Amino acid sequence: MTFLAKPKLHHPTLPKNKLGFTRRDYEGKVSTLCAGCGHDSISAALIQAFWELDIQPHRVAKMSGIGCSSKTPDYFLGQSHGFNTVHGRMPSVLTGANLANRDLIYLGVSGDGDSASIGLGQFAHVMRRGVNMTYILENNGVYGLTKGQFSATADKGSKAKKGSINADSAIDTVSLALLMGATFVARSFSGDKHQLVPLVKAAIAHQGAAFIDVISPCVAFNNHAGSTKSYEYIREHNEAVNRLDFWPTREAITVDYSAGGVIEVPTHDGSILKLRKLHEDYDPSDKINASAMIASAAVKGEVLTGLLYVAPDAEDLHAHLNTYETAFNTLGEKELCPGSAMLEKINAGLR
Amino acid sequence: MKTATRIEAVNDFVIKFANVNGSGSASANELFAKAFLRMGIPVSPRNIFPSNIQGLPTWYEVRVTEQGHLGRRGGVDLMVAMNPQTWNADVKEVDAGGYLFYDNTKPLPPSKFRDDINVVGMPLTEICNATYENPRERQLFKNIIYVGALAGMLGMEPEVIAELIGEQYKGKEKLLKPNLNALQLGLNYAREHLKDALGLKTKRAYNVGEKIFIDGNSAAALGCVYGGATVCAWYPITPSSSLAEAFTFYCSKLRVDKATGKQKYAIVQAEDELASIGIVTGAGWNGARAFTATSGPGISLMQEFIGLAYFAEIPVTIIDVQRGGPSTGMPTRTQQSDVTTCAYASHGDTKHVLLFPEDPNECFQFAAEALDLADRLQTPVFLMTDLDIGMNQRLTAPFKWDDSRRYDRGKVMTAEMLEAGKEFGRYLDVDGDGIPFRTYPGTHPNKGAYFTRGTSRNPYAVYSEAGPDYQYNMQRLLKKHDFAKTLVPKPVLTPSKEPARFGIIYYGSTSPSMHEALEALATQGVFINALRIRAFPFQDEIFDFVASHTKVFVVEQNRDAQLKTLLVNDAGINPASLISVLHYDGTPITARFIQKEIAEIVSALNVRPIKKDKAA
Repeated sequence: MTFLAKPKLHHPTLPKNKLGFTRRDYEGKVSTLCAGCGHDSISAALIQAFWELDIQPHRVAKMSGIGCSSKTPDYFLGQSHGFNTVHGRMPSVLTGANLANRDLIYLGVSGDGDSASIGLGQFAHVMRRGVNMTYILENNGVYGLTKGQFSATADKGSKAKKGSINADSAIDTVSLALLMGATFVARSFSGDKHQLVPLVKAAIAHQGAAFIDVISPCVAFNNHAGSTKSYEYIREHNEAVNRLDFWPTREAITVDYSAGGVIEVPTHDGSILKLRKLHEDYDPSDKINASAMIASAAVKGEVLTGLLYVAPDAEDLHAHLNTYETAFNTLGEKELCPGSAMLEKINAGLR
Repeated sequence: MKTATRIEAVNDFVIKFANVNGSGSASANELFAKAFLRMGIPVSPRNIFPSNIQGLPTWYEVRVTEQGHLGRRGGVDLMVAMNPQTWNADVKEVDAGGYLFYDNTKPLPPSKFRDDINVVGMPLTEICNATYENPRERQLFKNIIYVGALAGMLGMEPEVIAELIGEQYKGKEKLLKPNLNALQLGLNYAREHLKDALGLKTKRAYNVGEKIFIDGNSAAALGCVYGGATVCAWYPITPSSSLAEAFTFYCSKLRVDKATGKQKYAIVQAEDELASIGIVTGAGWNGARAFTATSGPGISLMQEFIGLAYFAEIPVTIIDVQRGGPSTGMPTRTQQSDVTTCAYASHGDTKHVLLFPEDPNECFQFAAEALDLADRLQTPVFLMTDLDIGMNQRLTAPFKWDDSRRYDRGKVMTAEMLEAGKEFGRYLDVDGDGIPFRTYPGTHPNKGAYFTRGTSRNPYAVYSEAGPDYQYNMQRLLKKHDFAKTLVPKPVLTPSKEPARFGIIYYGSTSPSMHEALEALATQGVFINALRIRAFPFQDEIFDFVASHTKVFVVEQNRDAQLKTLLVNDAGINPASLISVLHYDGTPITARFIQKEIAEIVSALNVRPIKKDKAA
């Protein structure tokens, strides 16, 4: 963390996006996390992604649970409303918020304790409902805020800072998200900005439940030898299935990309996802193959990263519920109250 | 065998049906109850059912009451004994001189009967077997046949029942005719074989008037539709499930946009009560009106979120259809036993707003009111109904809605207000009522955003563990709760006809039995002023009422005198001035119980009713 707030004055040459905002306009308060924390890199990637997508910061709602990761929404998008809810229950609050106003962009930020332990139930159900959101799990395999206990994503056999060995099986959140029906499932590494930023952008554009598990080493409690979520371990065991280029449709596609190595995935909002394939045979629309790849990588001790699965025809909860196009929080008596004449009819039917 | 006396009554008796759950008896029994209403005679039916879908005993009790006493009376004048499993207990329950109606296809030994009641047999199975081939039909039409026979014996108007059957099977002609035939079979049998079998009779009356017949859960659901709820999240739990289902039904009729076919509502059956209250909290935070319906165990699970909504000041409406607790308790029985747990729900210092409706009409009114109050006060508001109100159809005043009424969205700061330079402090008390302004997410590009959290903060929503910041906030929350007194429904006073030194406080579903008991006590020369509390926090009228009586009875349907606890602990009322009268066996409180308890206590206090000479 930094102890000195950055000056508010911008350097005049700072690049601006289409809205005229610099990256600084997407920042929040000064982080209170430990220096070198992976979570701060994720915050930086989120800032970059929102800036690049020309999204008005105040049209984003940031939701989180409890824990180190859940504190981070205070550290980016300072002009957005944020809601630090209760431990493990962010998904339900996000679901309700999304139902109340379908016009905002919903970003859920959670940690492995928050999502895989206390909140595993809500994590599963928010995926099956297909809530339109970007769900970022900042996964460090450890309880940071309570000083170093194993979380449910800690690998079996991994070693805690104080020396104890984890005997419980790990919960693999990407496999679970796939199984539960998430329509966009990715995994990345907080230290790999080039992979993470396009993934976040694609997740935001995705009209459905988008999940990104981001391995984010805890410098204080899970960055030692014997840990399977340290910077060193992940760098050595990272196996990327693809690199992503993402262009929203509102921008002309001018980037020159190498033919043959790219697969185009149209998304629901009309944007085009382009996957720069590192593995020639990797098709992210094949759900069964995705599950198999994740499992076989795990056996080899590899962490498979990239866009693992995307359903181009994804639908969200509003589509399932056939809800009205106008945000509920703007509707008044005129749209909602059936009135006294109708009540008279109802009374007559009850006699 | 001695001859039993015969209870003789016109338009004033209790009939109890003993059935097997899942045998199709419920709709036949409901038809029977409604027929009285069409004859202008008030009825008060109650389902007494087990936590079971098929096979266990279930009862339906119909109180026919020309005087309009809608509470449970107690006692049975006519038992319709259709369940061999419960035969002995059912026979035992009949009042002396009462009647036992049963299927005498198979003869029963005399030891199975009582000699002080009148036995009326009818070969129902024999008639059904002779008329119908299909076993399912034999069972279903048996119910309609006994309805026909009862109607014949009681002298009910058969056209009225035929009309009801016609309404029920409108457009389903295939079902209409056989049902009418079954009804006629019963009527004919009664005319031929059971003339004057019962001393219970009916005749047309004019005491129903404009009243409507509906259960409290449906009424509350309709209140949520009228009150502008757009988000409902719930988890199935008896006795509240039918509330969410009724909301779904009414929304499908009243809230679908004609042009697009899109729904102006979202209903989510959540994975548990934690998720349902979470969804409601998220929707409330984002400016939509949202509610959940649950019962005691659900309230227990929701505690953490209720604390968050209280502390972060988020409008939330919770409808608690109370049942017997603690734990799983008596899931299909009624109680008022969540009062203190809701008043102080969640850890830390909390206090919530509670509303206590007495009947379906108030369920409708208060549900809409709760949505306004939650927005105005930015806090959880509890609508405290119970199984007795929620799951039984009750005769109630027709619903009313004033079309000029506007939803009270409370203090919401708009983009225009922010643009005009109005100061925004999310937790700042701007005008002394303790209620701060809020902004909806997405309101303004660079003004009015704030971070919502369950941790302590300063008036500008900035994280703070400083003592003065914390205390400012907690004091403001207290002030806000106190201010709620000016908004919630006031208590209703029923003064006695003669000056009274005793008072009685009651609330919720106790109401109809209380009114009946007060009338009966007055005829005994016991005069009591009655005050029905309709909300917590308590208004000054309640203090004044207690202060102006020597003793005040507090009548409740729980073991621990929960409302009394609130009166003593929260309102500072001297406990020595209060006497608890408690009914908590899971059945609805009866007028007979209240009357007996009060009369005994009054007599024990050795207080002569004042101005006895003037007593009626």
